[in-house]
Amino acid sequence: MKWDIKDVESWGWQKHPIGATIPEGGNADYYKTGGWRTQRPVWDEKKCTDCLLCWINCPDSSVRVAGEKFANFDYDHCKGCGICAKICTPKAIAMRDEGGEE
Amino acid sequence: MAKTAVKTRTVAMTGNAGCALAMKQINPDVVAAYPITPQTTIVEEFANYVANGQVDTEYVNVESEHSAMSACIGASAAGARVMTTTSSQGLALMWEELSIASAMRLPIVMHNVNRALSGPINIHCDHSDSMGARDMGWVQLFSENAQEAYDNTIIAMRVAEHEDVLLPVMILHDGFITSHAIDRFDILGDDEVKSFVGEYIPKRTLLDVDDPATFGPFAMPAFYYEQRKALRVALDGAKDVVIKVSKEYGELTGRMYGLFEEYKLDDAELGIIVLGSTAGTAKYVVDRMRVEGVKVGLLKPRLFRPFPSAEIADALSHLKAVAVMDRSDSIGALGGPVYVEVKAALYNSSKRPAVQGYVYGLGGRDTGPDQIETVINDIKKVAGGEEAPRETVTLIGVKE
Ligand code: SF4
Ligand code: SF4
Repeated sequence: MKWDIKDVESWGWQKHPIGATIPEGGNADYYKTGGWRTQRPVWDEKKCTDCLLCWINCPDSSVRVAGEKFANFDYDHCKGCGICAKICTPKAIAMRDEGGEE
Repeated sequence: MAKTAVKTRTVAMTGNAGCALAMKQINPDVVAAYPITPQTTIVEEFANYVANGQVDTEYVNVESEHSAMSACIGASAAGARVMTTTSSQGLALMWEELSIASAMRLPIVMHNVNRALSGPINIHCDHSDSMGARDMGWVQLFSENAQEAYDNTIIAMRVAEHEDVLLPVMILHDGFITSHAIDRFDILGDDEVKSFVGEYIPKRTLLDVDDPATFGPFAMPAFYYEQRKALRVALDGAKDVVIKVSKEYGELTGRMYGLFEEYKLDDAELGIIVLGSTAGTAKYVVDRMRVEGVKVGLLKPRLFRPFPSAEIADALSHLKAVAVMDRSDSIGALGGPVYVEVKAALYNSSKRPAVQGYVYGLGGRDTGPDQIETVINDIKKVAGGEEAPRETVTLIGVKE
């Protein structure tokens, strides 16, 4: 993080950049949205054909890819919407309840 | 004729053509606009300048005003000098972007040619469109005639981009009355406008890949409130910048503009407050009644946002009674927005006149000298103690 925001919660109105601009990009990464999830996507390597439709369709960029193949889920940000499971033709992704059995 | 630092040229053209000409002389980087009556001839005329290669502007044809303001926001965040124009329903369709433009502190300059809001649908003048947008964080400058509409366009660019302001500015003139009537007024040369507005150098831009930034982020309760305070401070501060830039413009052109215009108000006992083109009619009525010995004067607000409350309270302090005329009604409130502002501005003053509110000319209803004379005679009774001031607003020129 280029920007020191340790004590940002206590900043007065004059300390914030004009127009609420944040002087760096890609900072949504710092906000962990995985805690919103009630269901998690679980991947089955045997069924996966690496078509990457899940990666294209994930609205939260939470499907990670390595070497043009499915790698894993970013559970820090995945909100559990289930789009990846729905889009997966060989049914390589299943949605499991959070808080239940692993 | 006032002495001027530059050669001006006198032209005869409509208010809208004057606004398009000022835009051409400013030569903005981006204009994104959608045509709507009575603003259409501004974009039409400006599109000609683009087609003829007389400006360097990227002209974005959009499918709606919602898209027009969205494109303006994107372009302005990218560091471009941006202008647009609209009216009435078009302004209404921009609604959600209006407050985003101001919160993001983007110096977009927009003409809103005043037209009544639907419904019933109507294309003629009243101020309900821009008065509805008065709390959106935009600077609002009203023009009486084509000269002021032209001048305000150039002044607005400097005000918007001033580092103490960085806010969008809305310039208002009356639909059809000012927009479509041919008026005689003075213009500056292209080079003079160019040097007056100068170059816009944004502090941070969306397209700077070497120093990326996030524009328009989400603000949780811990941060939103501070942003709104910063916005209030900036908008309040725009008042001094309007004074400063208008003075500089006045030194160049000989046309001096303040926060408002006072006409024969100094020694008056009665005051009339009206903005826009009707102020011209009111001046005529003031002259006519002065001949008959009625000590009446006019205050014509120019800057409506931020509202110069203290200065207006001061300018009215010596009067006995004031009539405030609004070309829009704030339905369910005490009266029209100018009336409510003026009354609030006076409340804590020890020396203050009685104030009475009037609504006039909705949907383009003609407002002639006789109606204004009736209003002045009406407050004369209040000033003379014959009648107590009415709390409720009076709608004049309406058929009972
Ligand atoms: S959509 Fe299914 S098959 Fe395609 S990469 Fe994702 S998990 Fe694998
Ligand atoms: S469940 Fe939704 S958010 Fe999570 S990886 Fe799948 S598509 Fe992305």
